[in-house]
Amino acid sequence: QSPEAARLSAEDISPSSNGPRDDDPDDPDDLFAEATEEVSLDSPERQPILSDGPSPAITPVTISPRVDVFDRSPDLVKHRLSSCDGMNAYMVYKVMTKTSLSIFSRDEVCVKRRFSDFLGLHSKLASKYMHMGYIVPPAPEKSIVGMTKVKVGKEDLSSVEFVEKRRSALERYLLRTVKHPALLKDPDVLQFLESSELPRAVSTQALSGAGILRMVNKAADAVNKMTIKMNESDAWFEEKQQQFENLDVQLRKLHASVESLVYHRKELSVNTASFAKSAAMLGNSEDHTALSRALSQLAEVEEKIDQLHQDQSYADFYLISELLGDYVRLITAVKGVFDQRMKAWAKWQDAQVMLQRKREAEAKLQYASKPDKLQQATDEIREWEGKVQQGERDFEQISKNIRREVGRFEKDRVKDFRVVIMKYLESLVHTQQQLIKYWEAFLPEAKAIA
Amino acid sequence: MTSISEDSDKEKMRSVSVDLNNDASLVIDIPDALCERDKVKFTVHTKTTLSSFQKPEFSVPRQHEDFIWLHDTIVETEEYAGFIIPPAPPKPDFEGPREKMHKLGEGESSMTKEEYAKMKQELEAEYLAVFKKTVQVHEVFLQRLSSHPMFRKDRNFQIFLEYDQDLSVRRKNAKEMFGGFFKNMVKSADEVLISGVKEVDEFFEQEKNFLLDYSIKIKDATAKAEKMTRSHKIADDYNHISGALNNTAADNNTAFKKHLEKCAEVFEKLRKVEDRMASDQELKLTELLRYYTRDIQAAKDLLYRRARALADYENSNKALDKARLKGKDVAQAEENQKQCLQKFDKLSESGKKELTSFKARRVVAFRKNLIEMTELEIKHAKNSVSLLQGSIEILKSN
Repeated sequence: QSPEAARLSAEDISPSSNGPRDDDPDDPDDLFAEATEEVSLDSPERQPILSDGPSPAITPVTISPRVDVFDRSPDLVKHRLSSCDGMNAYMVYKVMTKTSLSIFSRDEVCVKRRFSDFLGLHSKLASKYMHMGYIVPPAPEKSIVGMTKVKVGKEDLSSVEFVEKRRSALERYLLRTVKHPALLKDPDVLQFLESSELPRAVSTQALSGAGILRMVNKAADAVNKMTIKMNESDAWFEEKQQQFENLDVQLRKLHASVESLVYHRKELSVNTASFAKSAAMLGNSEDHTALSRALSQLAEVEEKIDQLHQDQSYADFYLISELLGDYVRLITAVKGVFDQRMKAWAKWQDAQVMLQRKREAEAKLQYASKPDKLQQATDEIREWEGKVQQGERDFEQISKNIRREVGRFEKDRVKDFRVVIMKYLESLVHTQQQLIKYWEAFLPEAKAIA
Repeated sequence: MTSISEDSDKEKMRSVSVDLNNDASLVIDIPDALCERDKVKFTVHTKTTLSSFQKPEFSVPRQHEDFIWLHDTIVETEEYAGFIIPPAPPKPDFEGPREKMHKLGEGESSMTKEEYAKMKQELEAEYLAVFKKTVQVHEVFLQRLSSHPMFRKDRNFQIFLEYDQDLSVRRKNAKEMFGGFFKNMVKSADEVLISGVKEVDEFFEQEKNFLLDYSIKIKDATAKAEKMTRSHKIADDYNHISGALNNTAADNNTAFKKHLEKCAEVFEKLRKVEDRMASDQELKLTELLRYYTRDIQAAKDLLYRRARALADYENSNKALDKARLKGKDVAQAEENQKQCLQKFDKLSESGKKELTSFKARRVVAFRKNLIEMTELEIKHAKNSVSLLQGSIEILKSN
């Protein structure tokens, strides 16, 4: 599953000086927001890494929507503003949806989206659903450094890898989002997948990972400021929260170990390649014919092995490391909904306190014989009784939602991990089998030294 | 303190040179060694039927510096100028395991007990590997000497093997006497002198060109091989991943917990295999290259000495011509010229023999090691495949 290179065609971008940058009125902090031209890339269609199976919650029909994301813009864009330069270019991703669901207007649709569009979608979904206890999948992180290199037309391996990494992350994000039964039906999601024109995302600053984190932290702050500590009558919630705290720590640790593995394998690959070259030189220098040939063959084997290490490290990364990264971010979203529940509880409690106050005020007014003030007080009591009831309903609803969401999350998590672990082990088997092949081909060469 | 005395392992270890203990009249080995604070004490054990020795079997303790002394005295000996002198064993280098021990100490708090125990185990294994390697390389040095018709008769060699007192006094005297004169000369000027010599002999011309180029290439290959085998740290990462998986397993329901624990087990087993893969490659490939880099240098040193002898001969010719012109000290000059020619011819004759057998030795050693390394890599890869496939089956049925 090594990604194939996405090539940037040189004509589209002039890597010369930075031309005038159009100020994006929406987001003064986003230096690279304005679009001047599309970047044309060449890359074949890719299989989604997480493939959808039937999802009974959505529909009894066996085929669920399949979303492919790949970047390919075969035609140069017509809307090209002023002097085009690399810094103002932006990447466009093609989103292809195949579905049999009736909520979609067509069974196959293809749209073009920018990275900020994805962030915009997430922001809308988070604001709509998080407070109801729904676990909204987080969008991929912004990366100014990575994107800059791509924009200035750097065609080196790191920018190619970056584009693939981002494409893959965006694809996983969408797949997770549509896997959620409620989110799939959301009009914003449908619009994102279907409509050819999408209004530009309002404020990319707020849409960044940092922005969402801020929103989550605000909820957490609200929880910390609560004067009355929540009396958790439901042990399930306490247990689950603790479990997610633990899971957070465990996954971060696992993620760090896997990142270390990716790094070391890459390093090993580089050093193996370097040795291969050196062994070839040694073979050339060797004056004993058979030994010289064997050394050259050894160099070839080592070169193949270095490629093998590199491919394996891609598997390490895309299969495991990225998945773990996704889950670490998902758990932040999960912790967020627990905090939202506490916020709801606090709101309910505050309403009860207010109601009590209003009742006390009314009682006082009973003996003051001020009929209009009394009427107002009675009205207010009714108002706050309503609010208390609403608060209780909301709290119960969010609790119910969270239970369901967490159940679904757990099921998905287990399934995801099982699938990925299997794929990864199979990739390891493949690597070892290749190693056997290469060394077995070399053995007669070594034996032939006479 | 660590000690080593397994014979079967040593047989496998002796990879860089073909078996040198063929001649029963003088058999040397290092059956035991002690490591105290990075200072290694080797037990040199000799079995001999030669009458020049006082006893038929004896052992002495020796340090690395004693080996260097022996090597240097042999290098300084004129009569051996026509031989390839076995390269001195490198100083025992415990830098790798020491660094690891340091890292282990620092990271202790962030690891689980199991991870820590495993890393400690690995550290001990690495220490032992370095230890075994240094014993082997010191042993091979002595065996090269004992299997050579001239060196085995060397007086200092005998003293080294037999003298049951501390050699440090002799070492100091030697330093004062020679001051490393020959050694330093060889190191600095050989390239220039060797390439400068006008070679009449086709054999030596070829050898010179070959050795000069090959020594550069093999030095580079050794460095790159060292870098490669040093960076083979995959086993460490598998260890951490295994630990992290076990950690994660704890909080799950039974089915998934078993799944994760099985995975942790897979990584743990893979770790062992990766470890062996890396260490076998180090032993068979990197050690081989290291040894022959040193041996190639020894061959170059021979060429240097011969080149110097040729230069001396040419100078003596010039001196003779001058003497004949002046009509003074002709006889002396004639005698000098005769001796220089004799020396040069002797060096050329034995040099040719030595270089020819050196090539044969080198080819055999490379063949042996490349075959052994390849067979081991195949074995380990097959192990990995069967262990992975077995686990995949179990996980699928789960």
